[in-house]
Amino acid sequence: MQASPVRDLAVGLFVLVGLAAIAYLSLQVGGLSYKGPGGLRLIASFDQIGGLRTRAPVVIAGVKVGRVTSIQLDPDLRARVTLDLDASLDLDVETSAAIRTSGLLGDQFVSLEPGGEDLMLQSGDEIAITESALSLEGLIGRFIHNADLGDEEE
Amino acid sequence: MRSQPIEAVGLRVVGLLGQLGAFARFVAAIGRAVVVRPYRFARLVAEVFDIGVRSLAIICASGGVVGAVLALQGYYMLVRFGAEDALGTMVGLILVLELGPVLTALLTTGRAASAMAAEIASMVTTEQLDGLRMMSVDPIDFVVAPKAVAMVLVMPMLSALFIVCGIAGGYLVGVELLGLDGGSYLTSLEQSIDFADDVAQSLLKALVFGALAGFIATYRGYTAEPTAAGVSAATTGTVVVASVSVLMANYVITALWRAYGPPGGV
Repeated sequence: MQASPVRDLAVGLFVLVGLAAIAYLSLQVGGLSYKGPGGLRLIASFDQIGGLRTRAPVVIAGVKVGRVTSIQLDPDLRARVTLDLDASLDLDVETSAAIRTSGLLGDQFVSLEPGGEDLMLQSGDEIAITESALSLEGLIGRFIHNADLGDEEE
Repeated sequence: MRSQPIEAVGLRVVGLLGQLGAFARFVAAIGRAVVVRPYRFARLVAEVFDIGVRSLAIICASGGVVGAVLALQGYYMLVRFGAEDALGTMVGLILVLELGPVLTALLTTGRAASAMAAEIASMVTTEQLDGLRMMSVDPIDFVVAPKAVAMVLVMPMLSALFIVCGIAGGYLVGVELLGLDGGSYLTSLEQSIDFADDVAQSLLKALVFGALAGFIATYRGYTAEPTAAGVSAATTGTVVVASVSVLMANYVITALWRAYGPPGGV
């Protein structure tokens, strides 16, 4: 078989394009390059986390700053959620965590809201102020219940 | 003496087991040829050209159209629930998890694996492999192994290209044609696809499918009857057996992955 520089070049280009496609899927789409988990590990306990799952994003003011790494049940039967956040963040002890939904039926994520204290949270600390997930079914149920009560009062 | 029906069943089972054993030994011989010198690097490059570069057009065209039709169907499905923002998620996940690796494997089986089987089978028919043996060149090392290995190496790249073209096709239809927001299409896609869970599964599938297509095609060619009918039987046999085993392996990999998660855990 004769050596063919053109064919070798085509193969080289093909491998390059193929590897670039794999890299795009892995880094950009798969989010492998996300450098956020720089080590600020915070814990938040919620009464109700709804449909929150591990790897859900954690955002501050809508900007993604980390992700949920684990969800466990506390001895006192609350959901204990571990967050892995960008280590360069300065979050004070008054920071509150809430579980929100993107859109009406979208994925759930953890939203952090900084407070105004001077004392900063360290890795391993617990976020004291938390707001549970809003349960749509619960809300509708309460609404119908209240409406029924209102009818009876009339 | 006519053999009894039960005897016939037994003979078939033994025959199938023998085939399976011969196939395993064939794969082991390829593995040995890859590890042991001489290394046929130039032959491998030629095969990557035949399988990979020549499949580029068909893979990219199919990927783009499949992504476009996914977006079109998905849009009308999702818009009923007012969830058309999830179009990127849907197109991306379907392409990465299922259609990318599976359709690439089926297309490559039809285009390249069948040609591989026919080439080796006609080499058997025209006694070219015996000629190689006479010159004390191992035909598995010189002819078979480069083809099979090239198939294994090329499949993940083709699959990734298929997925990227599909995402682009979906973008074209979803954003340019149907007027969704381009940012939300790409963001929802990037946020819902995870490397360890989804992309790694996709690449593993492509590798396994490449191995299935490559080994089955070369085996069918290598063991073909040295007749014109043998060549055509090897070709059709390759397409049928490789396609069906790709689809079956797809289910098995998906089920195992869902049950045990990615290797090494999340």
